[in-house]
Amino acid sequence: MKSNILIIGAGISGVSIAYNLAKKGVKGIHVIDRGYFTNGATGRCGAGVRQQWATEGNCILAKMSIDFFEHAKQTLEYQGDLEFKQEGYLILATTETEHDQFTKNVQLQNRLGIPSKQLTKKEALEIVPHLNPNAFISATFCQTDGHLNPFKMTEAYYLAAKKLGVTFSFYEEALEIKVNDHKITEVVTNKETYQVEKVVNAAGGYAKEVGLLAGVEIPVYSENHEILATEPIEKLQGPMVMSFSKNIYCQQVPHGAFLMGRGNPQAVKSHHVESSWQFLDEMAKTVVDIMPILGNLRVIRQWGGSYNMSPDRQPIISDTDQLDGFYMACGFSGHGFMFAPITGLLLSEIILNEKTTVDLAPLHLDRFKEKGFNYIEKSVV
Amino acid sequence: MKAKDIIICRCEDITLQQIHDLLDQGYSTFEDLKRLLRVGMGPCQANTCGHLIQREISKHFNKNIEEVPIHKVRPMTTGVLLKMIAEDQKDEK
Repeated sequence: MKSNILIIGAGISGVSIAYNLAKKGVKGIHVIDRGYFTNGATGRCGAGVRQQWATEGNCILAKMSIDFFEHAKQTLEYQGDLEFKQEGYLILATTETEHDQFTKNVQLQNRLGIPSKQLTKKEALEIVPHLNPNAFISATFCQTDGHLNPFKMTEAYYLAAKKLGVTFSFYEEALEIKVNDHKITEVVTNKETYQVEKVVNAAGGYAKEVGLLAGVEIPVYSENHEILATEPIEKLQGPMVMSFSKNIYCQQVPHGAFLMGRGNPQAVKSHHVESSWQFLDEMAKTVVDIMPILGNLRVIRQWGGSYNMSPDRQPIISDTDQLDGFYMACGFSGHGFMFAPITGLLLSEIILNEKTTVDLAPLHLDRFKEKGFNYIEKSVV
Repeated sequence: MKAKDIIICRCEDITLQQIHDLLDQGYSTFEDLKRLLRVGMGPCQANTCGHLIQREISKHFNKNIEEVPIHKVRPMTTGVLLKMIAEDQKDEK
């Protein structure tokens, strides 16, 4: 089968890339995914969208993405409810060092037009009264951060892309990428062989493996991050409450359930996405410490998902001199969902040789080559 | 009785009609329906709707029911208070 562009991965990045290319008139776009709809990291994520970052690059990507989400329903002509709410992220500082770092973060964010501010303990308690006042010393807050339903957002892009002529195939896995003289010639899957010269690697947790199919080295790996959901209750909490030092994020989604997750400092590199009792123990202790009243909620389900980690915890949105026609959007380090609009836009610009909306150097694969990279994003749970 | 009046998922109030609509749109597994309708995400964790939906998928695609995968079973088996999990660890050694 002949294709113009083959996108591997129909998660939020893949569907956004497909949509952005199709909107610019590109024909012959086909997207494959190895599992069911949103089986990978997108469908397993914490459903938060935020702009409060410590690196300039992440701030810019996040702000442009939020600007898109604010009009996504109309832009994509989606009939369903994206469950977008902008009730903010409240990020707790628990040490003086963290407080000082947050002062710098807020200065950076404000300079880039992100309306975050630093709050005293008293001000934070006015926004989330059920916080344990002894669990933190100050906070930062950004009202325009918030929540978005990952399944619905992906479906919105998926349906909009289909309307523009993009074709999709699920339960289809790329097995081989044939290369001749520095150019892609064919992609073989478990169902089909595609004659195609341009391939986009949007494979999320499997981005490294898909790179290797084409002989392209991408310095990313995957690790399991676990999360749980409680029974739904009436609205209690507006913003996402988060702490890097306590290792927790916790929000009440519009449906009423609380979602909460934390990273595992001992996580090993793997594609394992199962649940553990250790996570449940640590998560329960952490959340009951920070917001004791939530101890009265029943946990009804837990699951895991892959963070695809890059060396500087910032995404790789890039082409590569290792192979013509091979493009990638990966290494989001747990934040691919909230960056999807800008990911799709930038990758369409790279593929079509257009002037890019932002400077690509900090996002390019080449930043890991020699001099290395300047700053590792620390604002990650 | 009309399909729009038959509740298939009691936790999330999802009707037979909503299931049929998504199957007609091309979604084909319980996992797809779960992500778009929240079936199986409520307190019963698909104990009620799981097999009913399996039967609907089997009828829709004219497949034997044993060929239709059931939902992924995830912990917990039943709802447990977060504070019980947090407090009961104190006695564990």
